[in-house]
Amino acid sequence: MLETLGLLANGFTVVFEPQNLMLIIAGCALGIFIGAMPGLGSVNGVAILLPLTFLVPPTGAIIFLAAIYYGAMYGGAISSIMLGIPGASTAVATTFDGRPLAKQGMADKALTAAAVASFVGGSISVVLFTFFAPPLAHVALVFGAPEEFALMLLAFATFVGLGGDDLFKTLFSISIGLVLSAVGFDIISGEPRLVLWDITGFLHGINFLILAIGIYGIGEMLWTVEEHRLGGGKSMLSDATVTVKRTLANLRELMTTWKSIVMGSFLGYFVGILPAAGATPGSLMAYGIAKQISKNPEKFGHGALDGVCAPEAANNAASTGSMLPMLTLGIPGSPTTAILLGGMVIWGLEPGPRLFVDHPDFVWGLIASLYAANLFSVLINVAFIPVFIRILKTPFTILAPIIFILCLIGGYAPTQSLHDVWLMVIFGIVGYLMRKLDYPMAPAVLAIVLGPLAEPALRQSLIISDGSFSIFFTRTYSGPIMVAALIFLFLPLIKIVYVKLRKQYA
Amino acid sequence: MFKSYRTFTKLVCAIGASAILVGLPAVGHAWEPIKPVEFVVMAGKGGGADKAVRLIQSIIASEKMAPVPFTPINKPGGSGAEALVHLKGKTGDNHTLMFTLNSFYTTPLRQPGLGIDIATFTPVARMAEDTFLLWVNSDRKDINNIEDFVKAAKAKGSNWIMAGTGKNSEDNLLTDFLNKAYGLNMKYVPYKGGGKVAKELAGNNADSTVNNPSEQLGFYEAGNTKALAAFTDKRLPLFPDTPTFKELGKDYVYYMQRTVVGAPGMSKEAADYYRELFTRVFNSDKWQDYRTKKSLQGDLLTGDALMSYWKTEREVHRVMLKNMGVIK
Repeated sequence: MLETLGLLANGFTVVFEPQNLMLIIAGCALGIFIGAMPGLGSVNGVAILLPLTFLVPPTGAIIFLAAIYYGAMYGGAISSIMLGIPGASTAVATTFDGRPLAKQGMADKALTAAAVASFVGGSISVVLFTFFAPPLAHVALVFGAPEEFALMLLAFATFVGLGGDDLFKTLFSISIGLVLSAVGFDIISGEPRLVLWDITGFLHGINFLILAIGIYGIGEMLWTVEEHRLGGGKSMLSDATVTVKRTLANLRELMTTWKSIVMGSFLGYFVGILPAAGATPGSLMAYGIAKQISKNPEKFGHGALDGVCAPEAANNAASTGSMLPMLTLGIPGSPTTAILLGGMVIWGLEPGPRLFVDHPDFVWGLIASLYAANLFSVLINVAFIPVFIRILKTPFTILAPIIFILCLIGGYAPTQSLHDVWLMVIFGIVGYLMRKLDYPMAPAVLAIVLGPLAEPALRQSLIISDGSFSIFFTRTYSGPIMVAALIFLFLPLIKIVYVKLRKQYA
Repeated sequence: MFKSYRTFTKLVCAIGASAILVGLPAVGHAWEPIKPVEFVVMAGKGGGADKAVRLIQSIIASEKMAPVPFTPINKPGGSGAEALVHLKGKTGDNHTLMFTLNSFYTTPLRQPGLGIDIATFTPVARMAEDTFLLWVNSDRKDINNIEDFVKAAKAKGSNWIMAGTGKNSEDNLLTDFLNKAYGLNMKYVPYKGGGKVAKELAGNNADSTVNNPSEQLGFYEAGNTKALAAFTDKRLPLFPDTPTFKELGKDYVYYMQRTVVGAPGMSKEAADYYRELFTRVFNSDKWQDYRTKKSLQGDLLTGDALMSYWKTEREVHRVMLKNMGVIK
């Protein structure tokens, strides 16, 4: 413990070098911007800026990139709330309730909640990182395919109740998401599959962001255009203002969500440390669980503050968590850390169990920088909330085309292929129609995120066990997770049966 | 400092200008890229190929080797099929390059419908050949050489798990070789990416792997995993105590190319420019250092030599895939 504190103190001396401090502030500001731009996201941001970092020493470079990563987690929430478009995959859960809040004229409340929850999530996770890195690295190491599948099933299970009351429509939506996630290349059989009409663009599969921006960006905009016309040209968005009184009231209301924030922080961190999971499933699970434990689950999807806090706390916590497998195992815990790993190669550092021993300056400088990046991000973010609110006052007739263009850029950026842009527009129109028919869209988005993680894990496990499902229940870690997943999965069913029985005998 | 930097720039410009003046009558107008060069990676972000491309990008930029930036674009779809089709579509383009691995041979062989003939692509430079070793977890105190390995794997039969990167990938070819050569029945489980495979071994979720050194290095240095034998011609400098399969009586050598390819029909001037550029990258301290650290082998190959290497390797892979029953 004392030794850890000493190492951390050394880390802080690295962080407080003027050059590094500047890099953190610049990184946070850039990250917030990158995160707020739909489709750019931390992956692309870090990839684009990676070559710049050979100008500074490795420690400065990783501090800069980590600050971008961190800032992007904050920034992602901004466009989720203001425009209804997830700025990054990690912020998709934030749109579920952040957008309705903004439409009810409470964008300031949602933005404040997102910033504060992110800060708490980041702080809790970085403390966990500081003191419990080695034992958790071991958990990440022994986590195999059966455990991964159990975890993904748990994520699905927490979401079953997420759609409307219509179970059939929810299942339909999940199925569509799963089918779309199967398009592309199957690593287990080594063959392309579902390459529709032999269009080569489908070979790289359907990126999650294409579906999310299509449904939540374009679909949402079409929806708003309709509302706007029916509502006589008035948009509720502009009702938000920032005054001291309002801000204090917002903060007071935020106190009531502490349970969701703390739950999201711990959950996000633990999901984040598991290789390949990353911040997106973490934030989606946090949203699902926040709804399950909430006293007013029916408010979710219609502007519940807990629905903003839980995923925002979780995605920041997970981004810290995903640094752990990157540093100690050389395995990226998220797409962004995969790029950071590439950076470490350029700087001549070998990630792996020896890194903590061989390069303590680098590791502890990075950890200490996360404390600083967290603080600066929340300060920059809060300071800019009034600016964001002003942007919302832009007349909708001007805002709508800008959002549309941002969507198109967002669809093009991840893969740089026009095929994906067209696909996104189609998803937008289909998403709009499905919404008119009252199909819940969140389960489809969840399925396309978790499908590609769950499917290989399931098949790998079954190859190992020769097709026997017992493998999921007999292992130390996968057993308990699997049981929890099944309980969550059947909870709605049990509830229905229970209510019916009570009615019968009452 | 700025003053001295400016002086330096002036000096460089002067030298450059005089070089052009001197060179002008001899070579005519030397070709140079006039817009950013698209550097397609035939694999996903964060993998071995991607890391190498980002290193090359940083070498070109930091040593100011080219007047324009090189921008990596990942096209991992369909085991490289997407990247190959993309490059074919850029026929005649002088600003598109691709960084490739052995799926360069296997993907067109397995998917003839793509209509890809790699002999039409422009050979630029082979930057290295990556090597493969047979690895087990260090917890297996009973396994210290290939005989121990064969004994243990035989005892477990099809419950012996070999983790690798995707069905019919390089790892799968090597697993098939081991199964045949030693009469084993190891079960091949495909994972996404060599890093994941390495971790499955270190976490004891797999019994063995055939990782590249760069993928296992972190765990190896920490003492989590050990190498039993190498699929190389000679012992690797980083693993002096690990014998080759050749020494062990099985004449089997397999490498993974790390090569820069140009779009088909690239102009001769452009191809010459890129060959010269990548020769400089190859000879740079940073690339040589990377080669040493990652235990990369294989000399620089360019132009016709590279093309004939491709043709040989393509036939080698055709035979291997036939033997596996993947193609007819």
